[in-house]
Amino acid sequence: MSFVDVLVYLYSAWLRVDAENLRDPRRDYLLLSKGHDVPALYGVLAEMGILDPARLANHLKTTDDIYWHPNRSVPGVEFHSGSLGHLLSVGLGIALDIKLKGGPNRVVVLLGDGELNEGSVWEAALVAAAKHVDNLIAVVDRNAFQANVATEDLIPLEPLEAKFEAFGWGSSRLDGHDFVALEKALGQIPLRTARPSVVIADTVRGKGLPSIEARADRWFCDFSGHEIALLLQELEGVRQAELNSAPLMVR
Amino acid sequence: MNYEEKLYRLLREDERLLVLTAENRAPIRGLPAKIPERFIDVGICEQTMIGVAAGLALRGRIPIVHALASFLTMRAFEFIRTDVGIPALPVKLVGGFSGFLSEANGPTHQALEDIALMRGIPNVNVWCPADRQELVQGLQTVLRDPAPYYIRYIDSPPAVGHRTPFAPGRAEVLCQGTDVAILCYGLLTAQCYEASRLLGREGLSVRLVTMRTLKPVDEDAIVGAAEQAGLIVSVEDHFKAGGLYSIIAEVLLRRGVKARVLPIALDGRWFKPALLNDVLGYEGFTAEALCARIKAELAQGHFD
Repeated sequence: MSFVDVLVYLYSAWLRVDAENLRDPRRDYLLLSKGHDVPALYGVLAEMGILDPARLANHLKTTDDIYWHPNRSVPGVEFHSGSLGHLLSVGLGIALDIKLKGGPNRVVVLLGDGELNEGSVWEAALVAAAKHVDNLIAVVDRNAFQANVATEDLIPLEPLEAKFEAFGWGSSRLDGHDFVALEKALGQIPLRTARPSVVIADTVRGKGLPSIEARADRWFCDFSGHEIALLLQELEGVRQAELNSAPLMVR
Repeated sequence: MNYEEKLYRLLREDERLLVLTAENRAPIRGLPAKIPERFIDVGICEQTMIGVAAGLALRGRIPIVHALASFLTMRAFEFIRTDVGIPALPVKLVGGFSGFLSEANGPTHQALEDIALMRGIPNVNVWCPADRQELVQGLQTVLRDPAPYYIRYIDSPPAVGHRTPFAPGRAEVLCQGTDVAILCYGLLTAQCYEASRLLGREGLSVRLVTMRTLKPVDEDAIVGAAEQAGLIVSVEDHFKAGGLYSIIAEVLLRRGVKARVLPIALDGRWFKPALLNDVLGYEGFTAEALCARIKAELAQGHFD
């Protein structure tokens, strides 16, 4: 939920990608490096007409490939992910080829804040700045939580803009649920001349659902069908859901 | 012609080819000046290099990446497996200073499990040329093959004259014989060739086969050796586990062929760091030492 507004904004307003140009070498690329966000991506791709919504009913079935991490048999998924810290370098490779060919397209890599623990993110950040790829944009889902705990209680990440700036990137920090702020920042890409850009999107986990919002213990729950129906009502402002399913400690 | 000259020629013929390196420029030192726009040095960042290569391959490129074999196949292992192996992208992984070629660098630099690791990744092929001549002969075929490849880079002068045209999955039989079949690859082909001549002089009939690609592997060459020679000897600068000896065992077991096999490899340990000839001597991989080990094995008689 934390990143879905960013995904909606990017696909509906900013990225030059749609159901018709998925193989066009001049399309924009979106790479979901925090692959566990794929439920949000499935939803947005279905809403955008890129993924057949009927396939969502195949979630976790062996007859399709709609599972817990992104893969390329899902239209709109440019590259598989799941192992954190990979797609900034893959995105850098795509951005480099676009530069070599003089193309107009841009590459957006969506990173988790917990994912920034991975050294390979910083290795790729160092190389991307050195290669002057001003068509590469990282967006960090700064929801301040990782799998089990708050990021700042485990491996503090702040000051994040200063870290990326020190690595040679241009940066912007904004409310990741504010479309106007996203439009303003992304309208100024590159944020630093001839350098990659990072947008730190401050977000709220479970945004729009007060009974889940910002609660680490409700990040991974196997909600019942009844609870899901209640949560959908909560999202639409009918009433707060009463949740009884226990959180799963899976990571 | 050497590797760099051949690569430069292929680069000019095919716009899809790009050269990457994690600041390992020795085998390609002349390319930045000749073809700077297709030469990408990412610095000492093996993981990023592999991710970048995957991204380039998604855009239709054929990246040829260079790094020391130990850091390429081990530090960047998960990137190779995940970003190159899973999608089967045509990335060519050139590992330098593999096996005994790391000489006096010590165990940090000794790539002795690189073949085991790379062949274990679905879709990734493995090629271990015997010398500069075979590397140059096979390079175009391997670069045009849509599969990812791990290549054990070598710049040694020709160990033998290679007359068999290069093809993945086809070993080269360098001499025929029925007492002993020596199966080898890469650097040690030269020592094995010399050993086969020494054994021949002593009246033994020796079959010598250099495997070329270990994946795909020439199964018939292995089975043929088992059927025609009384003893198979596998010789490799690799750990015994996971390399050619393991491959031979897998093939013979699956094909139901019984054979006597002497593995000459590094058995669960790193080698003594020194200059190459001293390593070969210390570790028992000179032609003379190989001969002695093979004769000692033969002296133990046949088993049933």
